[in-house]
Amino acid sequence: MEIVLVGLNHLTAPVEVREKVSFTSEQAQRAGEELRARGILEETLVLSTCNRSEVYGVPPESSHECAPGLSTFLSEFHSVRADILGVSLYHHYDHEAVRHLFRVAAGLDSMLLGEAEILGQVREAYRFAHEHGATGPVLNRLFQGALEVGKRVRTETELGTRPMSVASAGVKLAEHIFGKLNGHKALVLGAGAISEQVVASLRDRGVAQLQVMNRSRERAEELAKQFNGKVIDWGEWDVALQLPDVVVSSVSAEEPVLRRDIVQRAMAARGNRALFLMDLGVPRNIAPDVGEVYNVYVYNTDDLGEIVQQNRSARESEIPKAQGIVDEHVAKFLSWQASVELVGLVDALRMKMREERASFIQARMETMKHLAETDRAHVEKLMDEMLEKLLLKPAERLRGEKKLRRKIQNVEALRDLFLSNREKP
Amino acid sequence: MGYTRNAEESGELRTEGPPVACASPDYPVAAVQRMNHVFPILTALAYFLSFGLYVRFLSTGSKLTGRLGTALLGLGLIAHYFALLERPRGLHTVPYHDLSGSMSLIGWLLAVTYLGLELYHRQRSVGAFVLPIILVFFLVGHLAPADRLPPPAAHGAIFALHVTLSILAYAAFALSFVLSLIFLGEERLLRRHKVGEVVWRLPPLELLAQMSQSSVLVGLVSIAIGTSLGFITVDRLEGQHSYFDPKYVTTLLLLVLYAVYFFLARTTAWRGARASKLCVFNFVIVVFNFTVVGFFLSHGHRYF
Repeated sequence: MEIVLVGLNHLTAPVEVREKVSFTSEQAQRAGEELRARGILEETLVLSTCNRSEVYGVPPESSHECAPGLSTFLSEFHSVRADILGVSLYHHYDHEAVRHLFRVAAGLDSMLLGEAEILGQVREAYRFAHEHGATGPVLNRLFQGALEVGKRVRTETELGTRPMSVASAGVKLAEHIFGKLNGHKALVLGAGAISEQVVASLRDRGVAQLQVMNRSRERAEELAKQFNGKVIDWGEWDVALQLPDVVVSSVSAEEPVLRRDIVQRAMAARGNRALFLMDLGVPRNIAPDVGEVYNVYVYNTDDLGEIVQQNRSARESEIPKAQGIVDEHVAKFLSWQASVELVGLVDALRMKMREERASFIQARMETMKHLAETDRAHVEKLMDEMLEKLLLKPAERLRGEKKLRRKIQNVEALRDLFLSNREKP
Repeated sequence: MGYTRNAEESGELRTEGPPVACASPDYPVAAVQRMNHVFPILTALAYFLSFGLYVRFLSTGSKLTGRLGTALLGLGLIAHYFALLERPRGLHTVPYHDLSGSMSLIGWLLAVTYLGLELYHRQRSVGAFVLPIILVFFLVGHLAPADRLPPPAAHGAIFALHVTLSILAYAAFALSFVLSLIFLGEERLLRRHKVGEVVWRLPPLELLAQMSQSSVLVGLVSIAIGTSLGFITVDRLEGQHSYFDPKYVTTLLLLVLYAVYFFLARTTAWRGARASKLCVFNFVIVVFNFTVVGFFLSHGHRYF
């Protein structure tokens, strides 16, 4: 019932190695099947994202013994030289593997601290492996625990609530002015890469209508097509500013393209409905005095960058709280694991004692032939009762008392003490 | 509208209550002292704890803390309800008979209105700002000495509804005042790019404006129906009272001012901070109506 984890991530491997060791769904399925068929693992689960590739498993023997085989398998499976892969791979066993997975699900091990996507990726990897029969009782319990950790960290801490990029900070600010963005409209000035990033975020938040305005109409049409938007001719400010609630600007221009008089005219036409202007251009695309217009909110790259910086510190301050949740669940999982193992151990002990009793009686009864058959049966029954009494109470206590299970740190030592290798469950 | 004329003159005396109600000058004080104080203590405790939890929710964002704050507010509301029943029972009168009762009732209705808004809009961060006001109304209401006033001349279900709806309107306007103040503060911080921890946890500006408008709508409907019921009550007491009261003027002024706010905040160039400022101004008139007009100018009304 041990757990092994072999993998690499953004901290241990450069992108050139990570991309070679990533798994598609089919590859994940095939790798799991091969690992089980070769007897390296009994349960398998492959977690593959753009920043990590990890194989979780339950080996038939000791986890430490199966790790080299697992590394070799990965090297062969992805056709990557073992020496290159070797320096990038990390191995975790048992409670370290559990802790690692729970940290991953919590977003504590992500490149972007507290990112939300990883929990979805863990959930998907588990669903996929479970559906293909790759997981068993141990990995099922482990991944259900990981999902619970991820959920708790997201609801009980603020690790993932603050935006960490200029684009997402802008979108979050827009939500802070307008509430949910469903039904709101947006205008994009300029059709560069930054605009695209913000537009994608806005679309994710359900922005109802998107307008694109760019000097090059061709590029504007491209972006509008990509996000199902509408193109407006460059310079048609009165039309362009009438509907949107959010304006994202990233135009290459020496002078501001949005001046105070343009915005004032637009605000009068739109009945002073609030307008959020996100200026991502350098030099600035929006004249500084536009921010003085009533009900207009202007944020430039520096303003948004400052928010991102504040959020980074705020997220870091949430790490101890998230780590506390991880520790709590690691202890919970280990307690469950110990209870299963201990109950198995007690059952094995009971079996062994019955066998011992049988051979003991066999040997001793030869010298007690004078006893009647009923007396012999009575002696055997008494011995059975004594053995049951000796084992039943500890077994019941192990099932019922969490604290006792936690106290028993090394089940393996108990096994070694009472059972020979052949008899280990 | 609580009429302070001698009840015996009106011929519409309340039938319930002991005959000694006003016989002894020490009666109200002694009656208050004899009351069971469990519910007021429970209410104060629940409100205080709820306030603490709402503040903690605002500073940490812990959802569990927020939910506990709401639960304690609910508990406080129940205890407050029984505390409200206790006092009039002890004094053998209605809760709005005196200033204490009216204040306490405003606090209770404010809490009810706020809880309704919180549940409807799923926004808890405003609780930290509303709870102190609820607490002040409750504590002042329950710690203030009882008045030695004769029972009001008017009575009956219509009169009770008139007073309750008027007080509900004041509570709703108080809530819209708090929401408008939060709007103005948050808007100022956003415009100055000072987006700190607390700002992220406050409701979005548009939602705050909506909440304020919902609250004003509740107040407007309540005061409109309440005032109409007040005129029906006056009509029943026809011939016994003067029809003119400065309270009518200020109440009608309030109706107009809040209706104007409601219109401006939704449709015109006034939306946003300007509408919120108007809402704050309107509440000044509410306070004026409740205090100066109620205490010094009105001859037919008491505290509502």
